[in-house]
Amino acid sequence: MSETGYKPDPDNATGGRKSAGSQPAFPMRRSIFRKNLMTALLLAPATLWLVVFLVLPFVAIAIFSVGERAPEGGYQAALTFAQYANLPARATAFWNTMVLAPVGALACLLVAYPVAYYLALRAPDRWRLILLALIVIPFWTSLLMRTYAWIYILGGRGIPALLAYVGIEDLRLINTPGAVLLGIVYGYLPLMILPIYVSLERLDRRLLEASADLGATPLSTFLGVTLRLSLPGVMTGFSLVMILLLGEYLIPTLLGGGKVFFIGNALVDLFLQSRNWPFGSAIAITLVLVSVVVLIIANRISTRLSGARRVDLI
Amino acid sequence: MTAVPDIEFRAVTKRYGAVTAVSGIDLAIPPSAFVALLGPSGCGKTTCLRMIGGFEQPSEGQVLIRGRDMAGTPPYRRPVNMVFQQYALFPHLDVEENISYGLRQARPRLSSREIATRAGEALSMVQLAGYGRRKIHELSGGQQQRVALARALVNKPAVLLLDEPLAALDKKLRTDMQIELQNLQREIGITFVLVTHDQEEALSMSDFVCVMNGGRVVQLGQPSEIYDEPADLFVADFVGKTNLVSGKVAGLSGDLVDVALADGTVISARKRVPLSRGEAVSVSLRPESLSLSAPGGGVLKGVVRNRIFLGSTAEYAIEIQGIGSLLAKADHVIGQGNLFKPGEPVAIRFAAGAPLAFPHANNNGTNQREDQHAEILS
Repeated sequence: MSETGYKPDPDNATGGRKSAGSQPAFPMRRSIFRKNLMTALLLAPATLWLVVFLVLPFVAIAIFSVGERAPEGGYQAALTFAQYANLPARATAFWNTMVLAPVGALACLLVAYPVAYYLALRAPDRWRLILLALIVIPFWTSLLMRTYAWIYILGGRGIPALLAYVGIEDLRLINTPGAVLLGIVYGYLPLMILPIYVSLERLDRRLLEASADLGATPLSTFLGVTLRLSLPGVMTGFSLVMILLLGEYLIPTLLGGGKVFFIGNALVDLFLQSRNWPFGSAIAITLVLVSVVVLIIANRISTRLSGARRVDLI
Repeated sequence: MTAVPDIEFRAVTKRYGAVTAVSGIDLAIPPSAFVALLGPSGCGKTTCLRMIGGFEQPSEGQVLIRGRDMAGTPPYRRPVNMVFQQYALFPHLDVEENISYGLRQARPRLSSREIATRAGEALSMVQLAGYGRRKIHELSGGQQQRVALARALVNKPAVLLLDEPLAALDKKLRTDMQIELQNLQREIGITFVLVTHDQEEALSMSDFVCVMNGGRVVQLGQPSEIYDEPADLFVADFVGKTNLVSGKVAGLSGDLVDVALADGTVISARKRVPLSRGEAVSVSLRPESLSLSAPGGGVLKGVVRNRIFLGSTAEYAIEIQGIGSLLAKADHVIGQGNLFKPGEPVAIRFAAGAPLAFPHANNNGTNQREDQHAEILS
């Protein structure tokens, strides 16, 4: 019994056992085997999915990225880092993405936090669910449709036309970085609101009373307790939005009119238009690496700041 | 009590919508005392504490702290600090940061040297010196309790509020903390206001007990007063164990009444409120005021049904024909094999002034107590 333990250990459970000779280890072994089989069966669909649709494509892209463009487009086997050396050719796309992704995530955060705060701490109970639903429901419509709507709102016959009535002429909104930013905030707001809402909702209200009791003004209570303890939610929302923005393609295309060019747009161009797969792959790999770095940093910060273990204990 | 009371309630009422949690309380808590607000859950004691802390505003009336009306004063400007139920320590701060939290809020700012010194003193006061850098989740319940105490006391409040501070501790630790809290209060000399539903805790720790029921103060007095001279049936029943026996007033003579019990026995009881002849009354008989002896003589006769031996004392459930079951408590002296056995007939005596007669009323407290008796006997 003792040498088996309870942890399902895939290497040990089915393989040859030293206990084979000794007495009734058999039922135990069988139950562990069964447990492992069950675990394996349950994990199989997800694993298969990930291998086929994530790992294999990723490996393919990694291989492409060290290859060459075939003369008629596509991929030709090679081992060269020329594609990576060529990255500066897309510096503008990288620059736009690296600026607009964090700025967009930050703008999203600034809009989302007060909403999440109101929902979690101020909204009357019977309104809370309705308000949450109102935030989520737009998600049921395609982002494409909703972004299209903004083209009209920001376009010549939308807000600028209205402003023209009051004498503000020739205001250009559509196809500017500002329009892209607005689209980003609009499109990703729920993804920012929900994690922050969850972390604020879990916040022990008595901590706020304790803070006030100890002489903290509402502002210092907010900064010292509320904000601090909701940072895990903030970091989750921020990295979620940030990473999605790094690969954003639709919003800059529609609201930036091709003038605000993201990495996502560069990738579409390279793969579909100029059929330079190796260069596109090199950019894609770089993008993934940047995303991973962002995730790791965000994760570090939020564990450091929150005393996270205790949050679960309350 | 001529000094300005630390806490004063003037006709305080608190309503939540249609529910009245506290109704018209007048209360003056004397300075430098350990006061317990005692009552069953929902009696308004916590609401009172929260009104002192500033977390609730009275619907009517005034709450005064050291003679100053606190209306409109937010919690962070009140000279009181609270030890919260389950402590409400900040999980993202370590022990020392928790304790110095209040000091850091002080305006004008305190020097970081002073903050460190005072936090250190507070830590040693609650015997946690050396624990400053620990995380809250690394502490035991008792240690967290001490941190909560230190965090409140380090601010030198005029009054310390304690909201069921010992409820989360196990029995042994609770007894230790009771003594420690008492010592702390004497050492520091400020008023402690403790909210509890545990009558034993209230009696053992405090200088004054304020018994509350249904949003009102029923009785305010020293623990022995509350126990010996309960103001009404509720207090008699809620504080300590007692037997309630119903009967009718058969005769009146000064402070004493003769009460005819259901089996025809007439006993002499003291009254706390005016009673009239023929009125239905409940008589409270403390278990320790009953003395048992072998059959022959005595006021009542019964049969021992259960014996609960507790070491220094023994409790007996005694079945009395026509009256029901009474709980009696007798001291046990080592070497005197004076324990009665179940099934043994006994005679019951008590001093003439020991029973207290109250107008008969069937309130919740009574029912609850009867349930408890039933539990003991089953």
